[in-house]
Amino acid sequence: MKQEIIQIIKDLRPEFDFSQEVNFIEEGMLDSFDLVSLVTDLESKFGVVIDGMDIVPENFSSLDAIEALVNKSKK
Amino acid sequence: MDLLFKDKKITGILTVLPKKVVKFEDEIENYSFSPAKSMKLKLAMGYKEHRIAEEGQTSLDFCEAGLTYLFENNLLNKGEIDALLFVSQSPDFFVPPTSNLIHGHLDMKHDMICMDINQGCAGFELGLIQAFLLLEQPQIKKVVLLNADILSPKVSARDRNSNPLIGDAASVTIVEKSSTPNTIHANIKMDGTGALAINIPAGGFRMPSSEETAEMLEDEAGNFRSKDNLVMQGDAVFNFVQREVPPMIEHLFEQASITKDDVDWYMFHQPNKFMLNKLADKLDVPREKMPSNIVENFGNASGVTVPTNISYNLGDELVNGSKKLCMAGFGVGLTWASIYMEVGNLSFNKIIEF
Repeated sequence: MKQEIIQIIKDLRPEFDFSQEVNFIEEGMLDSFDLVSLVTDLESKFGVVIDGMDIVPENFSSLDAIEALVNKSKK
Repeated sequence: MDLLFKDKKITGILTVLPKKVVKFEDEIENYSFSPAKSMKLKLAMGYKEHRIAEEGQTSLDFCEAGLTYLFENNLLNKGEIDALLFVSQSPDFFVPPTSNLIHGHLDMKHDMICMDINQGCAGFELGLIQAFLLLEQPQIKKVVLLNADILSPKVSARDRNSNPLIGDAASVTIVEKSSTPNTIHANIKMDGTGALAINIPAGGFRMPSSEETAEMLEDEAGNFRSKDNLVMQGDAVFNFVQREVPPMIEHLFEQASITKDDVDWYMFHQPNKFMLNKLADKLDVPREKMPSNIVENFGNASGVTVPTNISYNLGDELVNGSKKLCMAGFGVGLTWASIYMEVGNLSFNKIIEF
Protein backbone atom coordinates (compact mmCIF):
# COMPACT_ATOMS: atom_id res chain seq x y z
CA MET A 1 0.00 0.00 0.00
CA LYS A 2 2.85 2.37 0.83
CA GLN A 3 4.16 2.37 -2.73
CA GLU A 4 0.71 3.19 -4.05
CA ILE A 5 0.40 6.06 -1.57
CA ILE A 6 3.82 7.37 -2.60
CA GLN A 7 2.74 7.32 -6.22
CA ILE A 8 -0.43 9.26 -5.44
CA ILE A 9 1.35 12.00 -3.51
CA LYS A 10 4.21 12.15 -6.02
CA ASP A 11 1.63 12.79 -8.74
CA LEU A 12 0.22 15.53 -6.55
CA ARG A 13 3.50 17.24 -5.68
CA PRO A 14 6.22 15.91 -8.05
CA GLU A 15 8.72 18.49 -6.83
CA PHE A 16 9.18 16.75 -3.44
CA ASP A 17 10.80 13.47 -2.33
CA PHE A 18 8.20 11.75 -0.15
CA SER A 19 10.52 8.87 0.76
CA GLN A 20 12.25 11.21 3.21
CA GLU A 21 11.52 10.76 6.91
CA VAL A 22 10.20 14.27 7.45
CA ASN A 23 6.90 15.80 8.49
CA PHE A 24 5.16 16.48 5.15
CA ILE A 25 2.93 19.18 6.64
CA GLU A 26 5.55 21.04 8.66
CA GLU A 27 7.94 20.98 5.71
CA GLY A 28 5.28 22.50 3.46
CA MET A 29 5.24 19.49 1.13
CA LEU A 30 1.45 19.14 1.45
CA ASP A 31 -0.94 22.03 2.03
CA SER A 32 -4.66 22.00 2.86
CA PHE A 33 -5.64 21.98 -0.83
CA ASP A 34 -3.36 18.99 -1.40
CA LEU A 35 -5.21 17.20 1.39
CA VAL A 36 -8.52 17.68 -0.46
CA SER A 37 -7.06 16.10 -3.61
CA LEU A 38 -5.28 13.41 -1.61
CA VAL A 39 -8.44 12.38 0.25
CA THR A 40 -10.32 12.14 -3.05
CA ASP A 41 -7.54 10.05 -4.61
CA LEU A 42 -7.12 7.75 -1.59
CA GLU A 43 -10.88 7.12 -1.44
CA SER A 44 -10.95 6.29 -5.12
CA LYS A 45 -7.80 4.11 -5.08
CA PHE A 46 -8.56 2.09 -1.95
CA GLY A 47 -12.37 2.16 -1.97
CA VAL A 48 -12.63 3.77 1.45
CA VAL A 49 -14.56 6.71 2.88
CA ILE A 50 -12.40 8.99 5.01
CA ASP A 51 -14.29 10.60 7.87
CA GLY A 52 -14.29 14.40 7.75
CA MET A 53 -13.12 14.48 11.38
CA ASP A 54 -9.99 12.59 10.33
CA ILE A 55 -8.96 15.20 7.77
CA VAL A 56 -6.46 16.87 10.08
CA PRO A 57 -2.77 17.60 9.39
CA GLU A 58 -1.39 14.90 11.71
CA ASN A 59 -3.04 12.17 9.63
CA PHE A 60 -1.11 13.31 6.56
CA SER A 61 2.26 14.08 8.15
CA SER A 62 4.04 10.88 7.03
CA LEU A 63 3.57 7.77 4.91
CA ASP A 64 2.89 5.73 8.06
CA ALA A 65 0.21 8.21 9.15
CA ILE A 66 -1.50 8.16 5.74
CA GLU A 67 -1.37 4.35 5.62
CA ALA A 68 -2.87 4.16 9.12
CA LEU A 69 -5.64 6.56 8.04
CA VAL A 70 -6.50 4.42 5.00
CA ASN A 71 -6.58 1.27 7.14
CA LYS A 72 -8.74 2.97 9.77
CA SER A 73 -11.14 4.15 7.05
CA LYS A 74 -11.66 0.57 5.85
CA LYS A 75 -13.36 -0.36 9.09
CA MET B 1 -30.97 25.60 21.71
CA ASP B 2 -33.97 23.53 20.63
CA LEU B 3 -36.88 25.47 19.14
CA LEU B 4 -40.41 24.46 18.25
CA PHE B 5 -42.88 26.38 16.12
CA LYS B 6 -46.50 25.65 15.31
CA ASP B 7 -48.60 26.53 12.30
CA LYS B 8 -46.16 28.51 10.18
CA LYS B 9 -45.28 28.01 6.52
CA ILE B 10 -43.12 29.23 3.68
CA THR B 11 -45.31 30.33 0.77
CA GLY B 12 -42.77 31.48 -1.80
CA ILE B 13 -39.06 31.66 -2.57
CA LEU B 14 -37.45 33.88 -5.21
CA THR B 15 -33.69 33.85 -5.77
CA VAL B 16 -32.04 36.80 -7.50
CA LEU B 17 -28.67 36.15 -9.15
CA PRO B 18 -26.27 38.52 -10.90
CA LYS B 19 -26.11 38.09 -14.68
CA LYS B 20 -22.31 38.14 -14.73
CA VAL B 21 -20.71 34.68 -14.87
CA VAL B 22 -17.03 34.31 -13.96
CA LYS B 23 -15.33 31.02 -14.85
CA PHE B 24 -12.61 29.38 -12.76
CA GLU B 25 -10.42 28.86 -15.82
CA ASP B 26 -10.30 32.61 -16.33
CA GLU B 27 -8.98 33.18 -12.81
CA ILE B 28 -6.45 30.35 -12.44
CA GLU B 29 -3.49 32.57 -13.14
CA ASN B 30 -4.31 34.55 -9.98
CA TYR B 31 -3.59 31.54 -7.80
CA SER B 32 -0.45 29.52 -7.08
CA PHE B 33 -2.01 26.26 -8.35
CA SER B 34 -0.38 24.07 -10.99
CA PRO B 35 -2.71 23.32 -13.94
CA ALA B 36 -3.04 19.67 -12.82
CA LYS B 37 -3.87 20.69 -9.25
CA SER B 38 -6.41 23.22 -10.50
CA MET B 39 -8.30 20.56 -12.44
CA LYS B 40 -8.39 18.22 -9.43
CA LEU B 41 -9.61 20.99 -7.16
CA LYS B 42 -12.20 22.05 -9.72
CA LEU B 43 -13.88 18.67 -9.36
CA ALA B 44 -13.38 18.13 -5.62
CA MET B 45 -14.19 21.64 -4.38
CA GLY B 46 -16.69 22.74 -7.00
CA TYR B 47 -14.55 25.38 -8.74
CA LYS B 48 -16.50 25.85 -11.95
CA GLU B 49 -18.12 29.22 -12.22
CA HIS B 50 -19.63 31.82 -9.96
CA ARG B 51 -21.98 34.79 -10.21
CA ILE B 52 -20.52 38.18 -9.42
CA ALA B 53 -22.36 41.50 -9.13
CA GLU B 54 -21.38 44.41 -11.35
CA GLU B 55 -19.37 47.17 -9.71
CA GLY B 56 -21.67 49.43 -7.71
CA GLN B 57 -24.48 46.91 -7.26
CA THR B 58 -25.31 46.21 -3.62
CA SER B 59 -27.40 43.75 -1.64
CA LEU B 60 -30.13 46.38 -1.46
CA ASP B 61 -30.33 46.56 -5.26
CA PHE B 62 -30.83 42.79 -5.59
CA CYS B 63 -33.48 42.73 -2.85
CA GLU B 64 -35.38 45.58 -4.44
CA ALA B 65 -35.18 43.87 -7.84
CA GLY B 66 -36.68 40.73 -6.31
CA LEU B 67 -39.45 42.55 -4.47
CA THR B 68 -40.30 44.66 -7.51
CA TYR B 69 -40.54 41.51 -9.64
CA LEU B 70 -42.96 39.98 -7.13
CA PHE B 71 -45.09 43.14 -6.91
CA GLU B 72 -45.26 43.59 -10.69
CA ASN B 73 -46.20 39.95 -11.27
CA ASN B 74 -48.89 40.01 -8.56
CA LEU B 75 -47.05 37.35 -6.56
CA LEU B 76 -46.82 39.55 -3.47
CA ASN B 77 -49.13 42.29 -2.24
CA LYS B 78 -47.07 45.12 -0.79
CA GLY B 79 -49.83 46.15 1.62
CA GLU B 80 -49.93 42.70 3.24
CA ILE B 81 -46.28 42.75 4.41
CA ASP B 82 -46.17 43.13 8.20
CA ALA B 83 -42.43 42.63 8.68
CA LEU B 84 -39.38 43.02 6.45
CA LEU B 85 -36.24 41.20 7.61
CA PHE B 86 -32.91 41.88 5.89
CA VAL B 87 -30.24 39.32 6.76
CA SER B 88 -26.86 40.27 5.35
CA GLN B 89 -23.22 41.13 6.00
CA SER B 90 -23.16 43.73 3.25
CA PRO B 91 -25.45 46.65 4.15
CA ASP B 92 -25.39 49.87 2.15
CA PHE B 93 -24.57 51.90 5.28
CA PHE B 94 -23.84 51.45 8.98
CA VAL B 95 -26.72 53.88 9.51
CA PRO B 96 -29.61 53.57 8.61
CA PRO B 97 -30.73 49.92 8.39
CA THR B 98 -30.95 48.63 4.82
CA SER B 99 -34.46 47.28 5.47
CA ASN B 100 -35.62 50.83 6.23
CA LEU B 101 -34.07 52.05 2.98
CA ILE B 102 -35.89 49.33 1.03
CA HIS B 103 -39.08 50.22 2.88
CA GLY B 104 -38.75 53.83 1.75
CA HIS B 105 -37.72 53.14 -1.83
CA LEU B 106 -40.66 50.77 -2.36
CA ASP B 107 -43.16 53.01 -0.56
CA MET B 108 -44.31 50.43 1.96
CA LYS B 109 -46.88 51.01 4.72
CA HIS B 110 -45.89 52.61 8.06
CA ASP B 111 -47.64 50.03 10.21
CA MET B 112 -44.96 47.34 10.01
CA ILE B 113 -41.55 46.23 11.32
CA CYS B 114 -38.21 46.58 9.49
CA MET B 115 -35.23 44.74 10.92
CA ASP B 116 -31.62 44.18 9.84
CA ILE B 117 -29.78 41.10 11.09
CA ASN B 118 -26.02 40.70 10.61
CA GLN B 119 -25.52 37.00 9.89
CA GLY B 120 -23.76 34.96 7.26
CA CYS B 121 -23.77 31.28 6.45
CA ALA B 122 -26.62 30.40 8.82
CA GLY B 123 -28.56 33.51 7.81
CA PHE B 124 -31.44 31.70 6.16
CA GLU B 125 -32.10 29.53 9.21
CA LEU B 126 -31.69 32.45 11.64
CA GLY B 127 -33.96 34.58 9.45
CA LEU B 128 -36.63 31.88 9.34
CA ILE B 129 -36.44 31.49 13.12
CA GLN B 130 -36.92 35.25 13.51
CA ALA B 131 -39.82 35.19 11.05
CA PHE B 132 -41.51 32.37 12.97
CA LEU B 133 -41.07 34.30 16.24
CA LEU B 134 -42.61 37.45 14.74
CA LEU B 135 -45.56 35.43 13.43
CA GLU B 136 -46.44 34.50 17.02
CA GLN B 137 -47.87 38.06 17.22
CA PRO B 138 -51.57 38.20 16.28
CA GLN B 139 -51.06 41.34 14.17
CA ILE B 140 -48.25 39.86 12.08
CA LYS B 141 -49.55 37.65 9.32
CA LYS B 142 -46.91 37.90 6.61
CA VAL B 143 -43.14 38.27 6.95
CA VAL B 144 -40.79 38.91 4.04
CA LEU B 145 -37.34 37.48 4.68
CA LEU B 146 -34.58 39.00 2.56
CA ASN B 147 -31.24 37.18 2.50
CA ALA B 148 -28.57 38.97 0.53
CA ASP B 149 -24.82 39.17 0.28
CA ILE B 150 -22.70 40.98 -2.27
CA LEU B 151 -19.35 40.27 -0.71
CA SER B 152 -17.23 39.80 -3.83
CA PRO B 153 -15.87 43.39 -3.59
CA LYS B 154 -14.41 42.40 -0.22
CA VAL B 155 -12.57 39.32 -1.51
CA SER B 156 -9.06 39.62 -2.90
CA ALA B 157 -8.76 38.27 -6.44
CA ARG B 158 -5.48 36.67 -5.34
CA ASP B 159 -6.95 34.81 -2.36
CA ARG B 160 -7.21 31.18 -3.44
CA ASN B 161 -9.04 30.26 -0.21
CA SER B 162 -12.05 32.46 -0.91
CA ASN B 163 -12.07 33.94 -4.40
CA PRO B 164 -12.75 30.80 -6.49
CA LEU B 165 -15.88 30.12 -4.46
CA ILE B 166 -17.35 33.52 -3.61
CA GLY B 167 -20.75 34.24 -5.07
CA ASP B 168 -23.17 37.16 -4.92
CA ALA B 169 -26.92 36.62 -4.59
CA ALA B 170 -30.15 37.57 -2.84
CA SER B 171 -33.39 35.80 -2.05
CA VAL B 172 -36.91 36.77 -1.04
CA THR B 173 -38.79 34.26 1.11
CA ILE B 174 -42.39 34.74 2.16
CA VAL B 175 -43.29 33.31 5.57
CA GLU B 176 -46.86 33.21 6.85
CA LYS B 177 -49.19 31.71 9.42
CA SER B 178 -50.60 28.35 8.36
CA SER B 179 -54.28 27.51 8.71
CA THR B 180 -53.32 23.83 8.48
CA PRO B 181 -51.76 22.64 11.76
CA ASN B 182 -48.07 21.78 11.46
CA THR B 183 -44.93 21.55 13.55
CA ILE B 184 -41.49 22.92 12.75
CA HIS B 185 -38.41 21.75 14.64
CA ALA B 186 -35.26 23.86 14.75
CA ASN B 187 -32.05 24.20 16.68
CA ILE B 188 -29.31 26.78 16.72
CA LYS B 189 -25.92 27.08 18.42
CA MET B 190 -23.23 29.75 18.74
CA ASP B 191 -19.52 29.79 19.57
CA GLY B 192 -18.28 33.36 19.65
CA THR B 193 -14.78 32.24 20.66
CA GLY B 194 -14.34 31.32 17.00
CA ALA B 195 -15.91 34.50 15.66
CA LEU B 196 -12.77 35.68 13.85
CA ALA B 197 -12.35 32.45 11.86
CA ILE B 198 -14.24 34.26 9.11
CA ASN B 199 -13.90 38.03 9.25
CA ILE B 200 -13.13 41.32 7.53
CA PRO B 201 -10.54 42.94 9.84
CA ALA B 202 -10.90 46.57 8.72
CA GLY B 203 -13.74 48.87 7.79
CA GLY B 204 -15.69 48.92 11.04
CA PHE B 205 -15.30 51.19 14.05
CA ARG B 206 -12.56 49.00 15.61
CA MET B 207 -10.20 49.38 12.64
CA PRO B 208 -11.42 51.99 10.16
CA SER B 209 -10.25 51.54 6.57
CA SER B 210 -7.16 53.54 5.68
CA GLU B 211 -4.22 53.49 3.27
CA GLU B 212 -2.52 51.16 5.73
CA THR B 213 -5.37 48.64 5.83
CA ALA B 214 -5.53 48.65 2.02
CA GLU B 215 -1.95 47.40 1.69
CA MET B 216 -1.81 43.93 0.07
CA LEU B 217 0.17 41.41 2.12
CA GLU B 218 1.19 37.83 1.34
CA ASP B 219 0.33 35.09 3.83
CA GLU B 220 2.18 31.80 4.42
CA ALA B 221 0.12 30.01 1.75
CA GLY B 222 0.88 32.59 -0.94
CA ASN B 223 -2.46 34.42 -0.80
CA PHE B 224 -2.46 38.18 -1.22
CA ARG B 225 -5.05 40.15 0.68
CA SER B 226 -5.40 43.40 2.64
CA LYS B 227 -7.05 44.03 5.98
CA ASP B 228 -10.03 45.38 4.04
CA ASN B 229 -10.55 41.91 2.54
CA LEU B 230 -12.47 38.91 3.81
CA VAL B 231 -10.23 36.35 5.47
CA MET B 232 -11.29 32.79 6.14
CA GLN B 233 -9.33 30.24 8.15
CA GLY B 234 -10.36 27.37 5.88
CA ASP B 235 -8.90 24.53 7.95
CA ALA B 236 -10.47 25.74 11.19
CA VAL B 237 -13.87 26.23 9.54
CA PHE B 238 -13.74 22.79 7.89
CA ASN B 239 -12.93 21.12 11.21
CA PHE B 240 -15.66 23.08 13.00
CA VAL B 241 -18.26 22.00 10.44
CA GLN B 242 -17.24 18.33 10.50
CA ARG B 243 -17.23 18.34 14.32
CA GLU B 244 -20.46 20.24 15.03
CA VAL B 245 -22.88 19.77 12.14
CA PRO B 246 -23.41 15.95 12.16
CA PRO B 247 -24.35 15.84 15.87
CA MET B 248 -26.64 18.85 15.38
CA ILE B 249 -28.52 17.03 12.60
CA GLU B 250 -28.69 13.80 14.63
CA HIS B 251 -30.14 15.84 17.48
CA LEU B 252 -32.70 17.43 15.14
CA PHE B 253 -33.84 13.93 14.18
CA GLU B 254 -34.34 13.15 17.89
CA GLN B 255 -36.24 16.41 18.44
CA ALA B 256 -38.60 15.64 15.58
CA SER B 257 -38.77 11.89 16.35
CA ILE B 258 -37.74 11.01 12.81
CA THR B 259 -34.98 9.07 11.09
CA LYS B 260 -32.69 10.30 8.33
CA ASP B 261 -34.83 8.44 5.78
CA ASP B 262 -37.90 10.54 6.65
CA VAL B 263 -36.19 13.55 5.09
CA ASP B 264 -36.83 14.00 1.36
CA TRP B 265 -34.08 16.55 0.76
CA TYR B 266 -31.11 17.85 2.72
CA MET B 267 -30.81 21.50 1.74
CA PHE B 268 -27.52 22.55 3.30
CA HIS B 269 -25.38 25.66 3.05
CA GLN B 270 -22.68 25.14 0.41
CA PRO B 271 -19.22 26.47 1.30
CA ASN B 272 -17.64 23.98 -1.09
CA LYS B 273 -18.50 20.62 -2.67
CA PHE B 274 -15.90 18.65 -0.71
CA MET B 275 -17.28 19.77 2.66
CA LEU B 276 -20.84 18.88 1.63
CA ASN B 277 -19.85 15.42 0.43
CA LYS B 278 -18.03 14.74 3.70
CA LEU B 279 -21.13 15.78 5.66
CA ALA B 280 -23.36 13.49 3.58
CA ASP B 281 -20.93 10.59 4.14
CA LYS B 282 -20.78 11.21 7.87
CA LEU B 283 -24.56 11.35 8.17
CA ASP B 284 -24.85 8.28 5.94
CA VAL B 285 -27.13 10.20 3.61
CA PRO B 286 -26.91 9.54 -0.16
CA ARG B 287 -24.97 12.42 -1.72
CA GLU B 288 -27.77 12.91 -4.27
CA LYS B 289 -30.19 13.76 -1.42
CA MET B 290 -27.85 16.56 -0.33
CA PRO B 291 -27.29 18.63 -3.49
CA SER B 292 -23.86 20.26 -3.75
CA ASN B 293 -24.26 21.91 -7.14
CA ILE B 294 -24.95 25.49 -6.07
CA VAL B 295 -21.37 26.38 -5.21
CA GLU B 296 -20.03 25.06 -8.55
CA ASN B 297 -22.70 26.81 -10.64
CA PHE B 298 -23.24 30.06 -8.74
CA GLY B 299 -20.68 30.30 -5.90
CA ASN B 300 -21.08 30.56 -2.16
CA ALA B 301 -23.28 33.56 -1.32
CA SER B 302 -23.35 32.95 2.45
CA GLY B 303 -26.90 32.62 3.77
CA VAL B 304 -28.37 32.72 0.26
CA THR B 305 -27.04 29.28 -0.74
CA VAL B 306 -29.93 27.43 0.94
CA PRO B 307 -32.78 29.33 -0.78
CA THR B 308 -30.80 29.17 -4.06
CA ASN B 309 -30.47 25.43 -3.52
CA ILE B 310 -34.23 25.14 -3.02
CA SER B 311 -35.09 27.30 -6.04
CA TYR B 312 -32.56 25.65 -8.38
CA ASN B 313 -32.96 22.00 -7.41
CA LEU B 314 -36.57 21.78 -6.28
CA GLY B 315 -38.24 24.53 -8.37
CA ASP B 316 -41.66 23.34 -9.52
CA GLU B 317 -41.46 20.24 -7.29
CA LEU B 318 -42.34 22.55 -4.38
CA VAL B 319 -44.95 24.47 -6.38
CA ASN B 320 -46.87 21.36 -7.42
CA GLY B 321 -46.36 19.35 -4.23
CA SER B 322 -44.54 19.34 -0.93
CA LYS B 323 -41.45 17.74 0.56
CA LYS B 324 -39.92 17.31 3.99
CA LEU B 325 -36.75 19.37 4.12
CA CYS B 326 -33.84 19.37 6.51
CA MET B 327 -32.12 22.74 6.11
CA ALA B 328 -28.81 23.66 7.73
CA GLY B 329 -26.44 26.60 7.78
CA PHE B 330 -23.02 26.84 9.43
CA GLY B 331 -20.13 29.25 9.46
CA VAL B 332 -19.79 32.95 10.30
CA GLY B 333 -20.17 33.60 14.00
CA LEU B 334 -19.46 30.79 14.56
CA THR B 335 -23.10 29.84 14.13
CA TRP B 336 -24.72 26.55 13.21
CA ALA B 337 -28.45 25.97 12.84
CA SER B 338 -30.87 23.49 11.34
CA ILE B 339 -34.61 23.30 10.62
CA TYR B 340 -36.85 20.35 9.76
CA MET B 341 -40.14 21.28 8.14
CA GLU B 342 -42.43 20.43 5.29
CA VAL B 343 -42.26 22.93 2.44
CA GLY B 344 -44.59 22.92 -0.52
CA ASN B 345 -47.50 24.21 -2.54
CA LEU B 346 -45.52 27.40 -2.98
CA SER B 347 -46.89 30.31 -4.97
CA PHE B 348 -43.46 30.62 -6.61
CA ASN B 349 -40.04 29.01 -6.34
CA LYS B 350 -37.71 30.27 -9.01
CA ILE B 351 -34.56 32.13 -9.98
CA ILE B 352 -34.38 35.45 -11.80
CA GLU B 353 -31.34 37.40 -12.93
CA PHE B 354 -30.62 41.05 -12.20
